Amino acid sequence: MEAIITTLSAYGWDLLEKTGEHMFISLAAILLGVSVAIPAGILLTRIPKVADRIISFVGVLQTVPSLAILAFLMPFLGVGVLPAIIALFIYSVLPILRNTYTGVMEVDSSLKEAGRGMGMSNWETVRKIELPLALPVIMSGIRFATVYLIGWATLAAFIGGGGLGDLIFDGLNLYQPS
Amino acid sequence: MLEFKEVTKTFEGSKKPAVHKLNLSINKGEFVVFIGPSGCGKTTTMKMINRLVEPSDGQILVEGTNVLDQDSVQLRRSIGYVIQQIGLMPHMTVGENISLVGSLLKWSKEKQRERAKELISLVDLPEEYLNRYPHELSGGQQQRIGVLRALAADPPLILMDEPFGALDPITRDGLQEEFKKLQKEVDKTIVFVTHDMDEAIKLADKIVIMNAGEIVQVGSPDEILKHPANEFVEDFIGKDRLLQSRPDVTRVEQIMNANPITVKEERTLKEAIQVMRDNRVDSLLVVDEIGTLKGYIDIEMIDAQYKKRSYVYEAMDTEEYSVHKSDLLRDTMYRMLRRGSAYVPVIEENDRLVGIVTRAALANMVYDTIWGDETAEVAAAD
Repeated sequence: MEAIITTLSAYGWDLLEKTGEHMFISLAAILLGVSVAIPAGILLTRIPKVADRIISFVGVLQTVPSLAILAFLMPFLGVGVLPAIIALFIYSVLPILRNTYTGVMEVDSSLKEAGRGMGMSNWETVRKIELPLALPVIMSGIRFATVYLIGWATLAAFIGGGGLGDLIFDGLNLYQPS
Repeated sequence: MLEFKEVTKTFEGSKKPAVHKLNLSINKGEFVVFIGPSGCGKTTTMKMINRLVEPSDGQILVEGTNVLDQDSVQLRRSIGYVIQQIGLMPHMTVGENISLVGSLLKWSKEKQRERAKELISLVDLPEEYLNRYPHELSGGQQQRIGVLRALAADPPLILMDEPFGALDPITRDGLQEEFKKLQKEVDKTIVFVTHDMDEAIKLADKIVIMNAGEIVQVGSPDEILKHPANEFVEDFIGKDRLLQSRPDVTRVEQIMNANPITVKEERTLKEAIQVMRDNRVDSLLVVDEIGTLKGYIDIEMIDAQYKKRSYVYEAMDTEEYSVHKSDLLRDTMYRMLRRGSAYVPVIEENDRLVGIVTRAALANMVYDTIWGDETAEVAAAD
């Protein structure tokens, strides 16, 4: 107990700062993921024939260990916050993309037909019918991605991205069984 | 208003055209029903009008302009569209649903609201419903809203794809009637697709019967029932309906007995009884010198009054009850059955008596309708 209090009083500000970094990395990656994956998901619904293949391909990317992605990106992007965000972004794409695709595909086709029949343009169909009705499914994809990203963001420490990973890995490296 | 010229549609990957060289013209204000077995091309034909399906060949002219020369989005906004699945947006209120096309046309919020109020007053729904969501309404109410939504931008032409197909029979009946009335009020040209012949007969001004991508027959419900073009149409209409339709077009004149037993009004009751006895009937129609129907007299009336009165005109019942010779038989039948009377006098202009329809005549006619063909066959076989 006492140890915890000492640690907090010594590293309290560090902890807050690292949490802030951690949040920033995760959020930035998620926002990037949302802004890419949702439009991409909607585009995929327009080409359902190849959509499944594309989604499987992105699924394969997902199986690459996160640490490997970080290492792989280093030669191209160097170290720091940006490569960390990009690596995490890659991981956020799949769940959001897949849920957007499924969500939009699941919107009752009679509603889409009614919309088209009443003279909605493609964009209006997306904005007024598909997105609002697919929103619950898309949101669950975003939530899922967010939870994972917060966990994986610790690995950003390995390429100098900062975040809570700094503290965790320092602690592990300095592990002193008392 | 709407014209099909050699319109053909062949779907990708199929050799046989879904619609083949279709020619048809539809006048303004007409209620046209496309009917046929599934896969006959009726829905495809309808969807080509607003380009949900693009024709492969030929021209479709809406008010003289080829639909392919118009922007498909603009075109669809100018044509109402109602589908079987209703297709109300579940995330929008009833009011928003009604004014959906208005919002696409960038109407002001007030205008949308006004129009929705105006429309909902056309059907039997309270204004509060505008703020509800579609799932709170029954199926019949939802489809009423579906129809209003198609009317919102006041399009001259409305396409309806089996709009009442998913409703239960009672709701459907009610809605059909309501809609037919509504159509007359708003004066729209309507293209309606169904596979239900009763619905077609009930609603249509013009029925277009299709099979295998081609038109088999076009005509008013009456024409089609009376003169089915071929066996396919007969089968499609169904034997029952053909039989039922017969009395519909028979006129009283065709089945009446042209020699009713009559008595002149200035005859005595004694003479009247004599006439009854000679003709073996229990009642007589009373006429004047020139044959104008005056009333009737029966044996009970004579029996009750022969001591007090001596002439027919004193004892007869003058109740006005007769049918005109050109009346439709089905109305007469209904009146006879409702009144429980055994006969109806038939008159022409100036109340001149020309005949009588008795229950026996009706029975004969029903007999002919049911067994007439068989009797004819038996006779031929003999």
